[in-house]
Parts: sequence; C-alpha cells; structure tokens
Amino acid sequence: MYRYDEFDHTFVHERVAQFRGQVNRRLSGELSEEEFRPLRLMNGLYLQLHAYMLRVAVPYGTLSSRQMRMLAHIARRYDKGYAHFTTRQNIQYNWPALSDVADILHDLASVEMHALQTSGNCIRNVTADQYAGAAADEIEDPRIHAEVIRQWSSLHPEFSFLPRKFKIAVTGAPNDRAAVKVHDIGLRMLRGPSGEAGFEVMVGGGQGRTPMIAKTIREFLPKQHLISYLEAILRVYNLLGRRDNIYKARIKILVHEVGAEVFRDMVEDEWALIKGTPVELPPGEMERIRTYFAPPAFEALADLAPEFDRRRLVDPVFAAWTRTNLFEHRQPGYAIVNVSLKPEGGVPGDAEADQMDGIADLADRYSFGEIRVTHEQNLTLPHVRKTDLYALWQALQSLGLATANIGTVTDIIACPGLDYCSLANARSIPIAQQISQRFADMDRVHNIGELKIKISGCINACGHHHVGHIGILGVDKKGEEFYQITLGGDATETAAIGDIIGPAFPYDGVADAVETIVDTYVALRQNGERFVDTYRRLGGEPFKEKLYAAR
Amino acid sequence: MPLVKQGRLAEDAWTTVDDEARLPATGAVIVPLSRWRSQRDALLARGGGLGVRLDSDQRAEDIAPDLAHLQLIALNFPTFRDGRAYSTARLLRERYGFGGEIRAVGNVLRDQFLFMHRCGIDAFEVADDRAVAAWQEALEEFSVFYQPAADRRVSASRLRQSRKAAE
Amino acid sequence: MSTRKRKPGLYMATANRLVDGEVVFLATDGTWAEDVTAGAAVDEKAADDSLAAAERSADACVVVGPYLIEITRGADGAVWPTLYREQMRALGPSVRTDLGKQAGPSARRIISDVPL
Repeated sequence: MYRYDEFDHTFVHERVAQFRGQVNRRLSGELSEEEFRPLRLMNGLYLQLHAYMLRVAVPYGTLSSRQMRMLAHIARRYDKGYAHFTTRQNIQYNWPALSDVADILHDLASVEMHALQTSGNCIRNVTADQYAGAAADEIEDPRIHAEVIRQWSSLHPEFSFLPRKFKIAVTGAPNDRAAVKVHDIGLRMLRGPSGEAGFEVMVGGGQGRTPMIAKTIREFLPKQHLISYLEAILRVYNLLGRRDNIYKARIKILVHEVGAEVFRDMVEDEWALIKGTPVELPPGEMERIRTYFAPPAFEALADLAPEFDRRRLVDPVFAAWTRTNLFEHRQPGYAIVNVSLKPEGGVPGDAEADQMDGIADLADRYSFGEIRVTHEQNLTLPHVRKTDLYALWQALQSLGLATANIGTVTDIIACPGLDYCSLANARSIPIAQQISQRFADMDRVHNIGELKIKISGCINACGHHHVGHIGILGVDKKGEEFYQITLGGDATETAAIGDIIGPAFPYDGVADAVETIVDTYVALRQNGERFVDTYRRLGGEPFKEKLYAAR
Repeated sequence: MPLVKQGRLAEDAWTTVDDEARLPATGAVIVPLSRWRSQRDALLARGGGLGVRLDSDQRAEDIAPDLAHLQLIALNFPTFRDGRAYSTARLLRERYGFGGEIRAVGNVLRDQFLFMHRCGIDAFEVADDRAVAAWQEALEEFSVFYQPAADRRVSASRLRQSRKAAE
Repeated sequence: MSTRKRKPGLYMATANRLVDGEVVFLATDGTWAEDVTAGAAVDEKAADDSLAAAERSADACVVVGPYLIEITRGADGAVWPTLYREQMRALGPSVRTDLGKQAGPSARRIISDVPL
C-alpha cells in the first residue's frame, strides 16, 4: 500500500497546523460559525444530533494494521470506545470534542492518515473495489489510480468550492464492486484497442433526491490522461453546475439538464485544450506509485488445501462461513476473507476498539498487515492462506466478528439515521436490528442466498437504499417514523434504481414487510435465482399483492 | 476596502464604477462587463487604465478577445462558497495569457487566499486590516502542493521526478 | 422586537456547546444545562427572548446553532421535548442506551418557566 514520502508527511502536518489555527480562531471568536463551517467540513467535522462527528478518510478503503491500531486508540482516547465504518469506505467517530480534533488529526498524521475533504463541497474520498490487488478478475489494481486522484484532488485550488460534494469511484475489474455507476465520476478499468489499460469514464451517477445512473461520456481513456480528463470534467462542473439551489447542484443534474451528449462535448472541448499539457501527471509518477501496490510476498502454494477442505466437512459452522465470507483470490492457495460487522442484532458497521485491535493483530498474522474497508460497512482481509482460514475463523469468532452473512439478508447497510444524524427523518439502525433478529436462523439466511438490504434514514441516501435489492427509506409522517420500501435496486455493473413498491410502512411493520417479501421470493424463485433475478423476472406485482393484501 | 498586493497593504489606483455612475475624468477605472460591452469604444478612447469586473456567472471567454486592452480583471466572489472565479482566474492566466492584475473582490476571506493565489489572483480586496496581516500567514501555511495551477509553485509529483532524475 | 407569531405552547432554547458539541438547554439564569429538565420552558410570548439570549451566547462563542424546541409539560409538571427528534437529542442514541445523556447522571432541578 502507499507509503508517505517527505512531501506527503509535510503536507499532512501542515494541514494539521492549519486546522489547529482555524479551530483556535473559531474558539476565540475571530471566525464566526458561518465562516468556520466550510473549513471544518473540509476537514470532515460535522455537528450532529448529539455531538460533533469526525469522518476520517480511509483512502480507497485500504488500511495497515498500524493505522487500524491508531483508529482504535483514537476511539478509546477521544471518543467512546467505538467507531463506525461507512458506505464510502471511511470511518466515523461520533463523540469528538472540537477542542480535541487537532490532536486527533496529529495522531492520525503520525500514521499517514487525515480527515481531509471527507465533507464539504469538494472532491471527497476516492473509493475503490475492496478486493483490489487480490481478485482474479482485475485488469489492474485500481488503487494506483485512486492514489493518483487522491493526491491531485487534495486541496486543489480550483476545485475546493464546487457547487456541491463530488464523489469518484474506481473499479479495476469488469465486475463493479465499487458502485461506480452511482458516483459523480465512475471509472471502470478496461483494455483498449491495443491491449493497453485505460478507463471507461462515466459521469452523473448519484443517489439522494434524484437518483441517477451515470452516463458514459468516454468509452476509453488512456490512463496517462486521467488527470487532464478529470480536470476538464471538474472545470465544466465548477463553472456550470447550479449555484442557486443546493438540491440541484450535483453534476448529475447538470448532465441531465444539458444532456449527456452536450455535456460530453463540453468536456471533450475543454480536454482538447489541456490534454498533454503540464497538468498531466508527470511521467514516472504513476510508476512510482505503482511500486507501492506490488503484490505482497506470496508463497508458492498449491491451490488445494486439504486441511481446509477437511475442516469444512467436519465443522458445519465453519463451512457456512466459508460459503458466504470468502472470495476467490488470484493467487493459488490464498483467499480473500470478508469480516462481517453485522452480528445478529448489532449496529451495522460499528466496531469496538478491542475488535479493531484484534483485527489489526489478525491482519499482521494472516494478511500481510493489510485490511480493507468495504462500502457495505464490512472489513476485508485481502490475502489469507487457505491453510490459515480455520485458525483465522476461530480468532474472529472470539472477537464476535465471524458472522457468516456476507451479501445475505442480514448483511444490512444502514446509515446512522436519526439515532445520530441531524439530517435524518427516521431511525435506520433499529430497523436493521429488527430484520437481523427476525432472520436469526443461519440456515434460513443461507437458504435465501444473496439479498442486499440497504436502509437510509433520509433522502440523502447515505445508506444507498436506491441500489438495494430491498431498499428502505425512512420518512417522517406527522412526527412518526414511516418507511418506504423499494425493490430491484442494484449497485453493480448492472446498476439500477429500485422501484417504490407501495405505501410506506410504520416502524413496527418493516420487519414483517421484509419477511413477507423474502418469503414471497422463496416461494416463487426458479433455478437458483437470486432475489433480484426473481424480481426482474416477475416485477413487483407478486410482492405488492402479498404486502398489501390485508389493506 | 483595504487592498492587499504582494503581501502588503497597497494603494488602490483604481476606481470601481457600476453601469450608471459617471466615469471619473481621468484615472484607472474598473467597469462591469455589461458596461464594457455597451461602451467599449468610448472606454477605449478615454484612455487611462481599463479594468473589467466579472461577476461569478460571467466567463473568461466573455472577455478574452479584449484582454490586450485591459490591465485589470476583477473577479467577484458573491459568497465565499461560489467557487467559479477560481476557474475563471486560471483560464485568464493559463489559457488566455493575461498578464495584468487579477483582483478578488466580494467575500474574500483569509482561508481562501492561498487557493486564490494559486489560481493566478494577485490582488485581494479584503474586509479589514486584520486580513492584511493574515495574508502572509495564510500563504505560508503550506509548502507542499499536489497539483500544478496558475502559479509557479512546483507540484510534489514534479519535484519527486526531477529529484529522481538528478540521482 | 418579536415579529413572529408563535403558536401557543411552551418553548425552550437549545444548542450545542461549541467546545465539545454537547447538547445543552438554556436555563432560567442564562446558563446552559445538559439536562432538558433543567432548562427554562417559556410560553410563546417569551420564546423570542429566550432565542435572543441563546443567540447572544452563540455570538460569545459559548454555543453554536441555537434554536427553539417545542416543550410539553406532563401531568407531574415535568417538561419534555414534544418532537421525537428533540427527545432523541435530550437522551442519546436509542440503539446505545449506554451512551449519551441517558446513561450519565442527570442533574434534576426544579423546572421553571419564568421568562428570562
């Protein structure tokens, strides 16, 4: 993974000093809250329902064990002993004091981390596939390019006061595990006409009030032109994005209003003037960054691991975990391990400091010291020998992190919702907990198969409900919490926005509704179809009928 | 309002007028784009310094053909949140080669100075004298820059590569 | 000074403490209490004065983001926020009852609706 050089260290320390100065000017009254607010947002510091909230950047979801230990330390020292992993691969602390934030940033800087641009109308954390560098279907490690983008976008003088936030995601494989189609810019790596690697560039995806799937504006962009092309897109957006209405200020609205063709022309015209100029990444720099993403020192192993197979046969609980939580690794004899942060009845995506330390130790022991944060609020240990899987699983069990539910009905994404967030209309976490408890039977969970439930507590859609197979949106109806259900969303390369199924359900009715939907699917599925396949085949009618029959 | 140029309080030799006001008999004037368009010939004939003020929804290309006649462009920041002028400033410098003064006016705050300076803005109309003192501090907050812009600061990537080449 | 016609009822000024973000409620003596039951519930005629006092406190960098909440008085005289969202702010996250105000000792004081 990337290691800071003296430039990066200097930058992040200068940033800490700058923020400390800004906080001091706020506390002394020299800066008003109105003036301070965009400054603290540019450093990921929100004022939420109960307290400040600090969102720390985990660039493209990659963490070292050393960094994870520091995150645990921060949770203990400055917060209440836990933290939350988010749908943009970041980590959030819910209770920091403003007067401590500069010290927190200082501690983060000591392990090459920061909270820069995790909020505000600027370019946010660039996210990537959590299996980067490990999955077999990858063309190239997308994190190389995510790191290039990260540096380029850090305190970019032209693009720090955009009409609205800006989110970029990169996937290095045809199978999109980074939800690129619902980002402001989605980059999908592919091979060009002469076999060279480059990007399909998609613009204008997003969720929130007006969910949209991104449009492809360039089928193939050679990778050496990534920076100039991004500058062109951002410049067009900065100049033409709406400034009169925050609900219409994202780039997706601009693309929609002028049309994808016109938008593409504007970008291409601008790009033609800057392509190949000194704005591009200097030659050699991409290679320098690439060296940090060289594969770890894998052993030459046989892919077969007899001990692993034997354990699966004799231990059904272990076997269940291997069915849901493992993903195929490109290196023979290795596996990608998903660590579920969705225990039965737990708060999705939360981890205690002790658990974080435990994962750091396991990463050192079993995964070359590397951990990933997924945009589904789980963690990944990317490079584990198959022969180590049983021991790892046992260790995860003792940490309460071995729930065998990745990608299933209880692997629920839920935003913090009204329990924490001042923007929310309704709570989302207890809904997730109720559903999780309703489906406590593991056999049932595995029988249902792949089913992605995503819950948002308000229209800002931080829970990504629009792209849930079952999406749940909390709304406020006359002071009461109600939940609108959508079906058929998809965050992958077959991206789709879910369809509203009918009238909203009250707080106490959601788990029942979800169970009805699931049972309907199980009764109607054919040939091992996933839920989303059955929905695509049959549409919403069978589900509506069952849900609203009694009404 | 105090004017900061090259790190210090500067005399302002310019008079800003709106669409209606009488132009001073002599001396440098800054006019809105609309006035430049409607009175261009008269303004050129007047002599004295000529500057045009662009509002945040007005583009560099709106004034590009006339840059040779102008010594100053004022860019308005109606609120510090409106970041369009950062692009406009860069385009004036990098695309159109404007060598005159580019002045930030409007809601110009200390925490935006460095961004503005990097985009090619070299004069700042600030709210008060306290901002004058802060200007130099603000510019010195960073010594590392990750991307080239309209200024001469060399990006970290370029420094890394030239360092490597020197080895 | 007050131009806004508020609907009849009880109100209380609330904000977050600047230095640590703690949710606080304006008390009769003009200080900020961490417990809503120690805050000053005032009627609609006095609400704007409460808000003004809270805003002065924000200008003095004690709190940030002051606003008024609706208050309901129970049969026993105890005050409580009317809206669910504000009840949440007065308690803490419903999913972590070991955290926030609901978990700590709360200073119970006589409820007062004497205008500031």
